[in-house]
Amino acid sequence: MDKTNNKGRNPKSPIGDLGVTPPLGGWGVNSLGYYGEFGGAFIPEMLQPNVDALRACYREIIDSPEFKQEFINLLKNYVGRPSPLYFAKRLSGHYNTKIFLKREDLNHTGSHKVNNTIGQILLAKMMGKNRIIAETGAGQHGVATATVCALMNLECIVYMGSTDMERQLPNVKRMEMLGAKVIPAESGNKTLKDATNEALRDWINNPEDTYYLIGSVVGPHPYPDIVAKFQSIISEEMGWQLDEQIGRTSPDYILACVGGGSNAAGAFYHYLENKTVKLIGVEASGLGTLSGETAASIACGEVGFIHGSKTLLMQDGDGQITEPYSISAGLDYPGIGPIHSHLFETGRATYIDATDKEALDAAFLLTRLEGIIPALESAHALAGLEKMKFNPDDVVVVNLSGRGDKDMEAYIKNL
Amino acid sequence: MNTLQKKLNDKKENLLTIYFTAGYPQLNDTGTIIKELEASGVDIVEVGMPFSDPVADGPTIQKSNLQALHNGMSIKKLFEQLKEIKNEVTIPILLMGYINPVWKFGVENFMEACNKNGVSGLILPDIPLDEFVKDYQPLYKKYDLSNVFLITPQTGSERIKAYDEACNGFIYMVSSASTTGANKAVDEEKQVAYFSRVKELGLKNPRQIGFNIKDKASFDRACQYANGGIIGSAFIKKLGEEGDLKRKVREFVEGIR
Repeated sequence: MDKTNNKGRNPKSPIGDLGVTPPLGGWGVNSLGYYGEFGGAFIPEMLQPNVDALRACYREIIDSPEFKQEFINLLKNYVGRPSPLYFAKRLSGHYNTKIFLKREDLNHTGSHKVNNTIGQILLAKMMGKNRIIAETGAGQHGVATATVCALMNLECIVYMGSTDMERQLPNVKRMEMLGAKVIPAESGNKTLKDATNEALRDWINNPEDTYYLIGSVVGPHPYPDIVAKFQSIISEEMGWQLDEQIGRTSPDYILACVGGGSNAAGAFYHYLENKTVKLIGVEASGLGTLSGETAASIACGEVGFIHGSKTLLMQDGDGQITEPYSISAGLDYPGIGPIHSHLFETGRATYIDATDKEALDAAFLLTRLEGIIPALESAHALAGLEKMKFNPDDVVVVNLSGRGDKDMEAYIKNL
Repeated sequence: MNTLQKKLNDKKENLLTIYFTAGYPQLNDTGTIIKELEASGVDIVEVGMPFSDPVADGPTIQKSNLQALHNGMSIKKLFEQLKEIKNEVTIPILLMGYINPVWKFGVENFMEACNKNGVSGLILPDIPLDEFVKDYQPLYKKYDLSNVFLITPQTGSERIKAYDEACNGFIYMVSSASTTGANKAVDEEKQVAYFSRVKELGLKNPRQIGFNIKDKASFDRACQYANGGIIGSAFIKKLGEEGDLKRKVREFVEGIR
C-alpha cells in the first residue's frame, strides 16, 4: 500500500495511530474498572494477585514504544492488516443504501480474534509468563491463541466445551496442529461459559507461570479494557479508509454481532464520542427471544455477575445462570461485556437480535450477492441489515468479523 | 456477639469446620446434616449455596452444586430449611457461595433472612475487599453477621492485614493455590513458610486453614499452624456414598477427631 496517498493517517505508522486512545468521554473504563455501573472485578482471592499484577502493568506495557513497534509490525506483516473496507455494491443495491464491509474475515486465522491475541501474547511475554491458557467457543479465539503461541514458542492450553468441539471440529484440529492442547469442558451445556469456567479454574490452580488470554471484552477488569483496546484497530482503520474512499471519516451506522462483544467493541471504539454515528449491536436470539433457546443477553438478561464482571446476563429467578443457545458457537454466551451493558443502559448503542434462521438467510444472501461466505457470527450482523431502515445516502459499515470456512457443516445442512 | 464470635471466643484451637452443599445429596437433607454435625462435635458448619457456575470449586463440589440445583435447591428453600431447625441447633452456621444468587435474592433481604434464620456469618469470596467495605459492611453490621475473608499463599502481607482489619469472624487460609478438593502435590516447605508468615503477622482474627484438608492427618497439621481446619470436598464425597445419612456424618467426623 502506498502510504503517501492516505489522507488523515499518521505518516509514521503504516496502519494508523495504533495504541493512541481516542477521546472516550464517559464511555471508557474508569480507574476502578467500571463502565458506568458495570464491570469491576468480582473474583475470589485466588485470582486476585494475578489480576492485580496485570492491572499494575498493562497500560505501561501497551503504551511502551517496544510493545507498539512489535504489535504494529505483527499486525501488518503477519496478520495482513489493514483489513480492507469493501464497498459491497450488490448488497447495497439490495438494501438501497451504501454498505461497506470491514473485512476482518481476511485476517490471518480468519477473524478479528487475532488482533487481540497478538496484543495479549506480547503482553504475556513482557510479563515473563510462559504458559498460556484460553477459552474458546467457535474455536476462532482458540485458533488465534494457538497461532500466536506457536509464533512465540509458548505452551498453549485451550479449554473448549465438548458440545462446541463436536460442532467446530476443524478448528479443534487446527489448534492441535498448531501445537495447542485442547481440553474439553464437560460441565453445564459444555459451551463457551463452561470453557471459561474451566480456564478460570486452571488459572486458580496455576497462579505463577500462567497468563490467561481472554478472547472477548468480558472477565474481571482489566480484561474488557485490554481486549477493547486491541480490537480498536478495527474502527481506527475504518476512519481513514472511509476518508480515502468517500471523503468522510465517519459512517452513519456501524453494525456488529455481539456475543461477549469484542468485535463490536473494536468496531465502535473510535466512534463512541461521535454521536452522529449510530452503533448497532446484533445479538444471537437462537430460536427467538421468547423461546428460552437464546443467547440474547441484553434482550433477555438482567444485572448480575458472571466471570468476574458485573453486567447483563441471562439468569433464572434464583440467580442461576441459564444455558444459552445459538446456532453460532461464538455467540453462545449468557453474558455480555460490561462496556455493552453500559452502552445499552445509556442508550449510546442500540442492540437488536437475529435468530438462527435470519442469520442463515443473511449468510446465503451475502454469499450469492458478493461471493463472500461469512462466519455464522458475522451473519448475525448482516441479518441486522434486514431490520433497519436506511436512507439511500446512508453510509453503513458492517463488521464482517470472520469467515465461514468453519461453519460449512451448518451451511451444508441448510442449503 | 453472634454465635460464631462466641464460639471463636470460647475455643481457640482444634476448631473443626465442615462444609457441605445445601440440598445435597437430597433436597431436604440440609437440616439433618447440620443437626448431626453438631451432635458429632463439629464446631462450625459452612452451608454452601449451590450455584450454576462455581468457578472456585473442583469437580466434587461442582457435582454437589449441580445435584443440589437439580434437586430444586434455592436460597429461598434454604432459609425455609434453616428456619425449621433454628430452635434445635446452637452450632454457628455460616453461608458460603457466589455473589450472583445473593444479588438476585436482594442483598439486604438476604442479610435480613440470615439474621432471622440463625445464620451468624457469610463467606462470599467473589466480593472484592473495596466493594465489601463500600457497599456491604454496613449491612453485615446491621444484621449482626460476621464476614470471613479468604487469603492464599500469593496474598501479600499488607493485603492480609487489610482483610484482617475488615474481618470480624475468621481468616480463611486457602492452603495452596488451587480450586477446592484439588488433591495436588504440595511443596511442604513453601506451605509451612506461608502458614508461618501469616501466623507471625499477629492478626486480630483467628485463622482456619481450608482447601485440601481431607483427613485426620491434614486436619491435625492445619491445627498446628492455625486455630482450626475446614473440610469440604472430602465430606461431600462421603455424603455421596451409599448408606444411612446420619451414620455417614458421624463416621466422617469420628475419623477426624
